[in-house]
Amino acid sequence: MRPTDRSYMKSHEWCKIENGIATIGITDFAVSHLSDLVFLDLPAKGASVTIGESFGEIESVKAVSSLYSPISGEVLDTNKDLPDNLEWLAQEPFAKAWMIKVKLTSKSPDLMTAAAYDAHCQAEG
Amino acid sequence: MQATKLESTHVALGARMVPFAGWSMPVQYRGILDEARTVRTKAGLFDLGHMGRVQVKGPQAEAFLQRLQTNDAAAIPPGRIRYAMILNEQGLTQDDILVYRNPKNDGFFVVINAGNTPRDLAIMRDVAKRFDVVVDDCTATLGMIAIQGPLSQQITQRICKDDLAALKYYAWMETTVCGIPMTLSRTGYTGEDGFEVYVPNGNEPKVWAEFMAAGEGLGMTAIGLGARDTLRHEAGMPLYGHEIDETTNPLEAGLDWAVKMNHDFVGKTALEKVLAAGGTGRKLVGLTSASKRCPRQGYPLMKGGVQVGHVCSGNISPTLDTNIATAYVRTEFATPGTPLEFVVRDKPEPCVVAATPFYKRAR
Repeated sequence: MRPTDRSYMKSHEWCKIENGIATIGITDFAVSHLSDLVFLDLPAKGASVTIGESFGEIESVKAVSSLYSPISGEVLDTNKDLPDNLEWLAQEPFAKAWMIKVKLTSKSPDLMTAAAYDAHCQAEG
Repeated sequence: MQATKLESTHVALGARMVPFAGWSMPVQYRGILDEARTVRTKAGLFDLGHMGRVQVKGPQAEAFLQRLQTNDAAAIPPGRIRYAMILNEQGLTQDDILVYRNPKNDGFFVVINAGNTPRDLAIMRDVAKRFDVVVDDCTATLGMIAIQGPLSQQITQRICKDDLAALKYYAWMETTVCGIPMTLSRTGYTGEDGFEVYVPNGNEPKVWAEFMAAGEGLGMTAIGLGARDTLRHEAGMPLYGHEIDETTNPLEAGLDWAVKMNHDFVGKTALEKVLAAGGTGRKLVGLTSASKRCPRQGYPLMKGGVQVGHVCSGNISPTLDTNIATAYVRTEFATPGTPLEFVVRDKPEPCVVAATPFYKRAR
């Protein structure tokens, strides 16, 4: 079971909300399916992100994938060392490899619990 | 979705299976870059069961092939293989293929792309109406496994009855591999030395296992389609749907060496018009880029704020340690060394026109 202190998107982002601030990253499932990561583009501090819309891009050897926001709000902070240390995503996708912190205004109605997300991953293979 | 006879073998090896051209295929086992390096330095084993395989027999097999495809089938000696294209009447590429003349000179064998197999078969059967020829799709009954890399001969010799050193590049023979009579060619899609075997009677799992047993101690591993794409791209080989497709002709793609104008193939008249006009105004070129971003298929190419082309394929090259791409650009910007920009998310990134192939093995 993945961490139960947060919610998950079908598109494999996670979102942990504490005191009105959401920390967002991508799951181990996303990382293992992307493999051979080469580039990460995150938004600037102060940018706004919107539910279901792209907040950045992650590039692997073969493809570029968008990162989709589970919430709407303003970016308060980004993990500025992560783009130069992409191996963190494989090592600690739920901790050290967080991507952005956002001042929450609203969250997606489609967020899943860890148990539901585990089942979603199993179905996806 | 179709599956090759090695599906469960791949799953047991931990492959990530993906849909590819209607087949369930392994895209990677361990990691694309690592697998590509293994092929460049040791050897790798590939399941190519998805590729179309067609036997062409009958008194007019040669005449049929002269009409069907661009290379000169009459000039292929028994036991030799040529690269060619199937075009439409407009001279646009329907597929790129390999044409094999049987070692005993009793017909031909054609290997075609998985994604184009239904269309190719329809074209072949249509052209065949005017010839005394039998076109036999044996994709389902004949497997295909490739070994590629500098150790290919050493490994394959352990399980092959005949002397492989005597087999020339782009030649094939009837032989016995792990006790099973089959054909074997010195061909591949990686830029390395290697062989492809055409496995009868559902023996793919046995042949795969024997290759593995012969090669594992030397560092050989299974290789997925992801690394196969990287390897072919480094070696300057086109991929249908990227460098060539129904909107390109072989002359602008730099494949004129596989087009012989001495016979009457479908599309020849259109190519003569292109030649008379001095080309189409664009050319397929290589690009390299040290940018953090990799040029990808479809990205626009700019010069001085004006679009001058677009990217066909982009890859991170583990062998060259840089980004490589192929692209169609206007002829005046096709000279190696010409700086251009590719556009990713509305941002221009620098790249330079480069000679292809990006990688050529030492011989």
